[in-house]
Amino acid sequence: MKTDIILCGVGGQGILSIATIIGEAAMNENLYIKQAEVHGMSQRGGDVQSNLRISSDPIASDLIAKGGADVIISMEPMEALRYLPFLAKDGWIITSATPFVNIPNYPDMDVINADLDRLPNVIRIDIEQMAKDNGVPRSANVILLGAAQKALGIEYHKLEDAIRRVFGRKGEAVVEANIKALALGREAQK
Amino acid sequence: MEKKLLLGDEAIALGALHAGLSGVYAYPGTPSTEITEFIQGNALAKERGVHSRWSTNEKTAMEAALGMSFMGKRALVCMKHVGLNVCADPFVNSGMTGVNGGVVVLVADDPSMHSSQDEQDSRFYGKFALIPTFEPSNQQEAYDMMAQAFDYSEKVCLPVLMRVTTRMAHSRAVVQCVDVPRQQNELNYNAIAANWVLLPANAKKRNDIVTAQQAQLEQDAVNSPFNIYKEGTDKKLGVLCSGIGYNYVMECFPNGCPYPILKISQYPLPKQLVRRLMDECEQVLIVEEGQPFIEDQVRGIYDLKTVHGKFDGTLPRTGELNPDFVKKALGMEMDQCFDPCADVVPRPPALCQGCGHRDVYAALNEVLKEYDNPRVFGDIGCYTLGFLPPFRAIHSCVDMGASITMAKGAADAGQWPAVAIIGDSTFTHSGMTGLLDAINENANITVIISDNLTTGMTGGQDSAGTNKFEAICRGLGLSDEHLKVVVPLPKNMPEITQIIRDEINYKGTSVIIPRRECMQTLQRHLKQKKAQEGKK
Repeated sequence: MKTDIILCGVGGQGILSIATIIGEAAMNENLYIKQAEVHGMSQRGGDVQSNLRISSDPIASDLIAKGGADVIISMEPMEALRYLPFLAKDGWIITSATPFVNIPNYPDMDVINADLDRLPNVIRIDIEQMAKDNGVPRSANVILLGAAQKALGIEYHKLEDAIRRVFGRKGEAVVEANIKALALGREAQK
Repeated sequence: MEKKLLLGDEAIALGALHAGLSGVYAYPGTPSTEITEFIQGNALAKERGVHSRWSTNEKTAMEAALGMSFMGKRALVCMKHVGLNVCADPFVNSGMTGVNGGVVVLVADDPSMHSSQDEQDSRFYGKFALIPTFEPSNQQEAYDMMAQAFDYSEKVCLPVLMRVTTRMAHSRAVVQCVDVPRQQNELNYNAIAANWVLLPANAKKRNDIVTAQQAQLEQDAVNSPFNIYKEGTDKKLGVLCSGIGYNYVMECFPNGCPYPILKISQYPLPKQLVRRLMDECEQVLIVEEGQPFIEDQVRGIYDLKTVHGKFDGTLPRTGELNPDFVKKALGMEMDQCFDPCADVVPRPPALCQGCGHRDVYAALNEVLKEYDNPRVFGDIGCYTLGFLPPFRAIHSCVDMGASITMAKGAADAGQWPAVAIIGDSTFTHSGMTGLLDAINENANITVIISDNLTTGMTGGQDSAGTNKFEAICRGLGLSDEHLKVVVPLPKNMPEITQIIRDEINYKGTSVIIPRRECMQTLQRHLKQKKAQEGKK
């Protein structure tokens, strides 16, 4: 088993917590993990990405080669497109449909959507709206994780367990909100 | 053995703690910050009373570590690559004094300059200062190497430089840790004063000893368990690699590398191993992250045509390595399937919404419109982003503290208005001495210390001068008349602009301190407060 994942978005959108949950689930499965993160200046509202690799065999490189990513999980639609050269031929893009506009020249959403439509395997979800509508406004990122579950190749209940361990110390309410968000994502992906 | 998912920085921190560390000394700097932060939050460190408070700059950090070593205990100094320039004096001279308790100087280089102003490779410092250098390739090795580095430091009585790069520092992997951490050293009086008093008479003796020691250090590198020679069947090529470069090479050969590989993780460069690879293979590819440090030594001035790497363009000369560059260097095809999307636009980092630096720049720009050719000398921090639109407010950013001294030099040359803008943490790091120069000559400059009560860019660490800035300025001889404190908020714009205007028009040194908490730490503090109230 080997899955190479690019997690991306804008600084502050919560991609590192998705990575933490996947990492936790993978470590519990005794899988090998490498996860390259971005810290520092670029976190201030700039584009951020993390390369997350999980495998049943030892992993050499911390970075994914071009054409190697099985999944791009993006908290932002234009950011999903930024990493296209890294996407494998039959790889999946799982992205938030909501643009994060903090630059004056953000492209027209029709253009971004048309670019995404041209790709073979794309799941687009309005996670922000869905999170608000379902009373889990702070767990939009976990909805995205739920939608990516199949593409990740990690069993659903193992992600649930990981959420319990990662959020456990924040209390039962936070755990339940994230479990619910994960389920919402799974449903949306179907 | 306990397994933990750790950042490279965290593996380094835990490795040091488990090696019996008594103190970490550091100034925050990407990508090294998380080492000290990990120790600050670690239970064993608390239990053992390991020193972990931030130092004012890298020089004070290095010197404090030497003091701890002098008393026989183990100390770790952490910094980003350019921090090594700041502490170059104690670092280089620690090669002369040697150590008593083990000292590891951990320097995190930032090739590709993700958060830095240059790409300097710290291994050159190790060679130059005659200090042995370690360079781990992965998180486990970083953890294991830390114990070895401290032991080795005490064995050879020299500090050890450990060099990592951004990908090593900021990448996570599972690390197996020892069950029983080593005890800390006891305080001792074994340090020999003649070694530590670098009067010429003593220093000459030490210089001879340390220079003579180099042959042994090289032999140690030949025998090091971290320098690995792997046999290969195809000797048309040999691969010499170090640090993170080794990982990219191995990534290219999931079923094993057919070529002989020499992995270097301990310096001085073990020439005997390098010669073996050169003798066995027709051609050699050198894959190292950073500047061509090994390659320069191997090629020499004979410019050997059988050696490939960064000098002949087989690998890019600048920027960090990645699996694609290494694939290409090994003559393999790229697997890219999709072209870059032409509609994607850059999203540069920006000052946070509501950030006080924004109000400072808005006010400054408003006032400077009234003058011909104003010049604003910037410094290192979030506020360097004031160079970008919409502010386009600064004309320089060179090194920590240079805003004040460059403004002074410009004023000496006849420039007016000459404005310096510097953050609170950068001011105490390296700005105070420059301000003393300015005040002593009453230089015609206006210094803005934009105080957000934290070290913002690295994520909000304590700032050494918080609540002391007026006292520091007065202590340096600034008169109260030209020391102004304001609150940078849009509603205070008329007051702030008037103060800036008045102080620019004053023919002498003045300091304006706009003070308002960083938005990042403010949000964190509000969250903590809410959580505490929830518990009540």
